[in-house]
Amino acid sequence: MSLRLRNVSAVFKREFVSYFTTPVAYVFLIVFLALAGALTFYIGNFFDRNQADLDAFFTFHPWLYLFLIPAISMRLWAEERKSGTVEFLLTMPVTLWDAVLGKFLAAWIFAGVALVLTFPIWLTVNYLGEPDNGAVLAGYIGSFLMAGAYLAIGSCLSAATKNQVIAFVLAAAICFLFTLGGTNIVLGFAASILPQSLVDLVASFSFLNHFDQIKKGVIDLRDLIFFLSVMGVFLYATTLVLELKKGQ
Amino acid sequence: MIEVQSLTKDFGPIRAVDHVTFTVSKGEVLGFLGPNGAGKSTTMKMITGFLAPTSGAAKVCGHDVESDPIAAKRRLGYLPEGAPLYVDMTPAAFLRFVAGIRGFKGAEQKRRIDRAVQMAQLETVYNQPIDTLSKGFKRRVGLAQALLHDPEVLVLDEPTDGLDPNQKHDVREIIREMAPEKTIIISTHILEEVDAICTRAIIIAAGKVVADGTPKDLEARSRTHQAVTLKMRAVPAAAQQMLVALPGVEAIETVPGGLRVLPKPGEVIYSTVEGFVRDKAWPVDDIIFARGHLEDVFREITRPGERRPATAAAAEGARA
Ligand SMILES: Nc1ncnc2c1ncn2[C@@H]1O[C@H](COP(=O)(O)OP(=O)(O)OP(=O)(O)O)[C@@H](O)[C@H]1O
Ligand SMILES: [Mg+2]
Repeated sequence: MSLRLRNVSAVFKREFVSYFTTPVAYVFLIVFLALAGALTFYIGNFFDRNQADLDAFFTFHPWLYLFLIPAISMRLWAEERKSGTVEFLLTMPVTLWDAVLGKFLAAWIFAGVALVLTFPIWLTVNYLGEPDNGAVLAGYIGSFLMAGAYLAIGSCLSAATKNQVIAFVLAAAICFLFTLGGTNIVLGFAASILPQSLVDLVASFSFLNHFDQIKKGVIDLRDLIFFLSVMGVFLYATTLVLELKKGQ
Repeated sequence: MIEVQSLTKDFGPIRAVDHVTFTVSKGEVLGFLGPNGAGKSTTMKMITGFLAPTSGAAKVCGHDVESDPIAAKRRLGYLPEGAPLYVDMTPAAFLRFVAGIRGFKGAEQKRRIDRAVQMAQLETVYNQPIDTLSKGFKRRVGLAQALLHDPEVLVLDEPTDGLDPNQKHDVREIIREMAPEKTIIISTHILEEVDAICTRAIIIAAGKVVADGTPKDLEARSRTHQAVTLKMRAVPAAAQQMLVALPGVEAIETVPGGLRVLPKPGEVIYSTVEGFVRDKAWPVDDIIFARGHLEDVFREITRPGERRPATAAAAEGARA
């Protein structure tokens, strides 16, 4: 077990540090913060709502993640395959799980850093009124979990190709399906052709629905389990894709 | 110890490696030779567990690479073809990463890294980002990484490619020094390297092993093995007919600046030819004895279509 931990943490550290050796990470952080702020204040009408909560802020997260998270995840494996370093990494004494998990955690913590850096919005809302900080915390936890789920999907698709653009587009497309599954458009359409039980199934896979529950301040075990399972399934799928590539 | 048993790899319709079998024991340095695309790198990728074989198996120190990969990889140092590296890191950070993943901490880690850095002579570029290093230095970082944990088995894919002559010499020196304690496979296109450091050579062509033996054995398979070359400005009339009639002589070839006398297999003709030439008092500038060139063997084995049969050469010589 400690061996596991050592390998995962070695992969994690290298990957995480590598984010900050190029300007890409900083550009990403700035874009994320600027968009999160702009959407909250301009489109979300943060001030006009006259409510001391961060609902306007969190509402946009799924849509923001839709294209920002694939931008993080696209390089996870595609870049290593392109540069050939994947050959080096996978001939080290680490299991595929160690490598997949280490890299994923680096990306997830990076997304977490971006999320933490939105704290001025939290400060603002506390300055303006008395928000339910429990609900705010729940929103942050939910958003972080959702980011992890998007990242796991992106990790899997990044492992499938050496082209980062393809990895990005595929990840965005699949994440789009998972997000859109909860909108009225899709559910309404599904309801017209599918029996109710299947419609419920589609809705139950929607990131939107699960995130909505959490950001209301209700951390239901089922929503946590949902996001964690999505991560588990797609990280497992990542190891399968890598195994498949090994055998060509 | 490396055991390769009937290893085969198909890439779609292409059979890159075709039932390759060999064993390398401790103390051996195996030179892996073959033309471009022969399957050398692919075989190495399977031995190191990066690629899964289509069929067959590879074992490192008794551990099957597919079923017990971690144990195998722990005993293995690998320099992949082209030495891919994390170019945004410095050699210092990169080697620390490798040491961490190999399980070395603290003073032990420092000692291991210092030793690898010294062996690969990386001191001057230790803190310079890898993508700003010259090709030879990148390769040396790759080498340092492979040597860091002092592995029992080394698989080095073209380790001296891109190195300057001094470095080539140093790397060969390192390999020679380590050899008695390790099992080493290197691939190379530099045949003098095989002579210099390998205790054994395998030639593969189109995925198949076509020759396996000590460099001396292979040289002996050369057409020019034990051949005698006579350097003369003017070739006396009928010299060729007279030479080909000598005992043990298979054929005569004209070469630039003289004649080459090829022996029948297993015959040693140097003294016969030398005595004959002295008796006739031919104006010979130099008599050169060839031990046989790996390069010739390589060419003859890997491109059999272009082989000039000795008898044809003899006929040609007789006509001239
Ligand atoms: N990933 C791959 N997909 C398809 N074909 C491949 C792949 N890798 C190698 N090959 C093919 O397998 C064959 C053997 O390639 P390999 O790289 O093992 O040759 P090599 O002996 O190392 O050659 P070189 O001396 O040029 O390094 C070649 O025909 C090559 O095109
Ligand atoms: Mg090669």
